[in-house]
Amino acid sequence: MSDNAKEIKPTDWHSPEMNARIKRRYRKEKWFKGLGFTAVILAAMFLVTLIGRIAGDGLYGFVQTSIELDIPFEESILGNPREMSKADFEENVRRANMLRIIDASLQGHFPDVKSRRDRRELLRMVSTGARAQIRDMVLANPSLVGTTERVRLLASDDVDQLRKGRIDASEPEANRKVKDKELGWYQKLKEEGRVSLNFHTTFLTSGDSRDPELAGIWGATVGSALTLLVTLAIAFPIGVLTAIYLEEFAPKNRLTDLIEVNINNLAAVPSIVFGLLGLAVFLGVMHLPRSAPLVGGLTLALMTLPTIIIASRASIKAVPPSIRDAARGLGASPMQVVFHHVVPLAMPGILTGTIIGMAQALGETAPLLMIGMVAFIVDIPGGVTDAATALPVQIFLWADSPERAFVEKTSAAILVLLTFLIAMNGLAIWLRQKFEQHW
Amino acid sequence: MYKMASELETMTETRKPKMLAENVNVFYGTNHAVKGITLDLHQDEVTALIGPSGCGKSTFLRCLNRMNDTVASCRVEGRITLDGEDIYASRIDVVQLRARVGMVFQKPNPFPKSIYDNVAYGPRIHGLAQTRTDLDEIVSTALEKAGLWNEVKDRLESPGTALSGGQQQRLCIARAIAVNPEVILMDEPCSALDPIATAKVEALIDELKGRYAIAIVTHSMQQAARVSQKTAFFHMGDLVEHGDTTEIFTAPKQERTRDYITGRFG
Amino acid sequence: MTSSAIFLFLVMLALGSFVFARQKALAGAGGDPAKLHSLPRHYGYFAATCVLLPGLFAFGIWVIFGNSIIEGLILSGVPDRVFEQNGDQATLVLNRIRLAVENPNSPETDPDILAAAAKFQAIYLKGIWAAFVLSISLGLVGLYVAVNRTKPDFRARNKFERVVLITLGMSSVIAIATTLGIVASLLFESLRFFQEVSIAEFVFGLHWSPQTALRADQVASAGAFGAVPLFAGTLLISFIAMLVAGPIGLLAAIYLTQYASQRMRKIAKPMLEVLAGVPTVVYGFFAALTVAPLFRDMGITLGLDIASESALAAGIVMGIMIIPFVSSLSDDAITAVPKSLKDGSLALGATPSETIKQVVLPAALPGIVGAFLLAISRAVGETMIVVMAAGMQPNLTANPFEAVTTVTVQIVALLTGDQEFDSAKTLSAFALGLALFVSTMVLNVIALKIVRKYREVYD
Ligand SMILES: Nc1ncnc2c1ncn2[C@@H]1O[C@H](COP(=O)(O)OP(=O)(O)OP(=O)(O)O)[C@@H](O)[C@H]1O
Ligand SMILES: [Mg+2]
Repeated sequence: MSDNAKEIKPTDWHSPEMNARIKRRYRKEKWFKGLGFTAVILAAMFLVTLIGRIAGDGLYGFVQTSIELDIPFEESILGNPREMSKADFEENVRRANMLRIIDASLQGHFPDVKSRRDRRELLRMVSTGARAQIRDMVLANPSLVGTTERVRLLASDDVDQLRKGRIDASEPEANRKVKDKELGWYQKLKEEGRVSLNFHTTFLTSGDSRDPELAGIWGATVGSALTLLVTLAIAFPIGVLTAIYLEEFAPKNRLTDLIEVNINNLAAVPSIVFGLLGLAVFLGVMHLPRSAPLVGGLTLALMTLPTIIIASRASIKAVPPSIRDAARGLGASPMQVVFHHVVPLAMPGILTGTIIGMAQALGETAPLLMIGMVAFIVDIPGGVTDAATALPVQIFLWADSPERAFVEKTSAAILVLLTFLIAMNGLAIWLRQKFEQHW
Repeated sequence: MYKMASELETMTETRKPKMLAENVNVFYGTNHAVKGITLDLHQDEVTALIGPSGCGKSTFLRCLNRMNDTVASCRVEGRITLDGEDIYASRIDVVQLRARVGMVFQKPNPFPKSIYDNVAYGPRIHGLAQTRTDLDEIVSTALEKAGLWNEVKDRLESPGTALSGGQQQRLCIARAIAVNPEVILMDEPCSALDPIATAKVEALIDELKGRYAIAIVTHSMQQAARVSQKTAFFHMGDLVEHGDTTEIFTAPKQERTRDYITGRFG
Repeated sequence: MTSSAIFLFLVMLALGSFVFARQKALAGAGGDPAKLHSLPRHYGYFAATCVLLPGLFAFGIWVIFGNSIIEGLILSGVPDRVFEQNGDQATLVLNRIRLAVENPNSPETDPDILAAAAKFQAIYLKGIWAAFVLSISLGLVGLYVAVNRTKPDFRARNKFERVVLITLGMSSVIAIATTLGIVASLLFESLRFFQEVSIAEFVFGLHWSPQTALRADQVASAGAFGAVPLFAGTLLISFIAMLVAGPIGLLAAIYLTQYASQRMRKIAKPMLEVLAGVPTVVYGFFAALTVAPLFRDMGITLGLDIASESALAAGIVMGIMIIPFVSSLSDDAITAVPKSLKDGSLALGATPSETIKQVVLPAALPGIVGAFLLAISRAVGETMIVVMAAGMQPNLTANPFEAVTTVTVQIVALLTGDQEFDSAKTLSAFALGLALFVSTMVLNVIALKIVRKYREVYD
């Protein structure tokens, strides 16, 4: 065979054609590698743009502009605390028209503003929340009555946007929200050092509001916490028990096969479909209260169940059989083997999966829209059956608001949400690394 | 002095090695896997590399076509030449080098393509065929040389992975031959094959030996004795003994070699 | 008395039973645990489960059906006049009754509503007491049975473990129950919808305007429920998303698995995970606030007419969201390709890119196809980005610069705000949900099949 076999022509590796060809191939190689690199960089750029954009706006959401005014706490308006009973005085203060006090104060600052319309516009430079601010001050300290104090009042969102440079004073007057007159007043206050930008605790401690400067995320945060609590209470036990059953006890038959396939598919069902399920079953059939964290939590629990089951199963599977054999050798029943030995060893992995599932649930919006957790709710929810909203839904609601000032509130709320998510994922990573076992 | 040089010249004239490794050291991180090995491969010879597991045979073999470049932690020192040219020189192009120094692996690894495409893969990427008939020619020649032509000529379009293990390994050899290499490196080419397939591959190696310099790693003494003219015995990264196969197997100079060949360890 | 009080009572009863049964078992054995078949606490566990299971069963029935039964009773007593005044909407009537119950000084004046409210309180009180008595007495029956069996030779542990095993099995059925629940609720409401609107009209109709169908004289008027524009919009946006996520995700996976240094991988992988962990509502906000206006302005400078809610903006942002999904699944598929194949190609003198393009990718193709299918299913089911950045007008177009609407957008639009369960408008949302569920399910099943087959090849 070897004698009559055909021969392959020897290759001249140094021929010019071959050299050119190799150069071409290396060029392609470079291009391809560059393409891959570009893809990674693009993904990084997207992330940086996204976070940068939101952080850029969002950090302003945590600060708010105030105006310091000399407020005359006039007895004629507030009543005299020494002449009235405490209850009467407080009732009087609650009823008092604080606008008159603010108006009087502004008159002192701007004596040449006379017309009714101008005065009303002048009043609009402070937030509607300023009235409550003055009221609370007087209620806390009745001896203020009769004095004049320099008080730091919340500015309206227009002034706030001016201070933050979001309104461009150089634009023609017709194109901007703040007119020249107000601009002048603002400048005057600013020159007197009465305009300041401060950390805004209200944003973290209060519920929703129509006024951006009064709106806060505490209500939504509590709503989210209650919802997650319900989710955890349902999904964690059921998920872990299911995982234990499937991994340790389930006979290999059609039914368990079906359950397996089913769990994998359930993990990929769009979240909004779970919302439809919650709407039809929890609201439609069970008549549970609408907009309540209870229903939101139940819905999200069904959604996170597959995540928890899959992670728990992987973690249980990773416990080596030798440990089961050892326990069985000591006379433990199958149940004891699992609950005394396998599950504790698998716990870090189970917890990691659960936290990741909870983080998913925390960021989820669509199913909550379906079950009505999307209302405008000012009160902080007190229980799982109260009407509530959740952080991502709050973000959705604010994102829809036309006011420019809500953009930074939305971004700030996103920063808060992302902080929670990062904390949860960080915890999961920490758990995984701390307890990671190499069998 | 002059005389000595010319003497050397005439010597190398007669036995000019195809590949020559001089004082080669290989490190994986801090693990010194190959220690100062000097070894030559000749055009018309099969060199068998033997030695206990983990002694660095594969590592050394993979230096010869720079496959170790793909292992990030791997560092190669020393000088390896192909026809007198340093293959680690910057002038040398790995792509070309690997075409000239082919390699066959322990486990048959046909690509998930048709038999034809498996063999045509190399010639295509190197542009060795200008026309489809050229390519057909190369493929059939390579398959013939690998002794596979008669078994597959009617099903060139079926997937290479559908062949038997022994056929797959011969397909891989055909694939290597198709780019017209000058050296063929084989890393335990028969360890995944049954005795009949092994016999076929051994016969093939015999066929090929005249045209290529062949290095073969094997754990089977019998195989080394059957197919090789030269044998190199490795132990813990050292080249313990290197010489004619008959000599190594009948009268080893080193005790370690004798122990290994007689099955005292390894 | 509230529902949670019933629950607390049950738990306390169970705790008491635990202690009691453990003591009784010990006492029966003369204080010597060794004479017992099982550990004393197993007798306790057994008794506690005997109390809890029947008790919780009764409690569960109350929680699930209690409200609907009470509401049914109340509504049956409300005269037709009230329904007529409220546009025949039971939910509205119920809400008014509820408000009257919760707030005694409410401005409600309708005497029938007030009467119903009074009745509501009475019935509710009766109901909750009935639930309390029933669940506690069932618990007590359980306790009686358990205590009777608490003898030293009683195999308490085995019995208890049996119960635990059954509990484990039951919880794994919940996953199936969820799927069944989804299918049943979607099917049920959809069937009601298709009684009013023909399936053919829904699947092939080109005109979607459910809002006009709201008017009484126009119920299910012809042409109002043609879902084709929604399907088309969904496909258009998903297609744009895949144009972004497909190449970028795949190339990133290739680069990270084949070229990147250890260090780069260590940075890039978590980065992709962060990208994957950002909630979709954030992407939606980004799309609506930044990307959409950017495209509109670019359109103006380029002389193109790009809508401010263009499919392009929503699609691209959705693509960004899906990048990590594609890349991590492709990464898995690529790493599953045996190294020996790569080595074989490199040893023939192929460059890395030739190896990747001609050997690695073809070998990983099934896995990559599976990844793409899963990604498409993600895109199709994605809600928040399109709700916030895509339009509301059904628009049958393939022009990415125009605004289109999607299935999910319409579901949200139809179901947020006040709703009644029986109008064709709300029911159509369930029909859309069914279409969404079926299509994503089909995609997933095919993808999982492909991926599993592929894994088997290389395992
Ligand atoms: N990719 C790698 N990374 C790190 N160390 C490696 C790598 N490959 C091999 N080694 C180490 O180099 C040494 C030599 O390995 P090599 O594979 O060359 O041995 P071998 O002689 O081929 O053994 P065998 O007969 O089992 O194939 C061993 O200690 C091994 O652990
Ligand atoms: Mg080896």
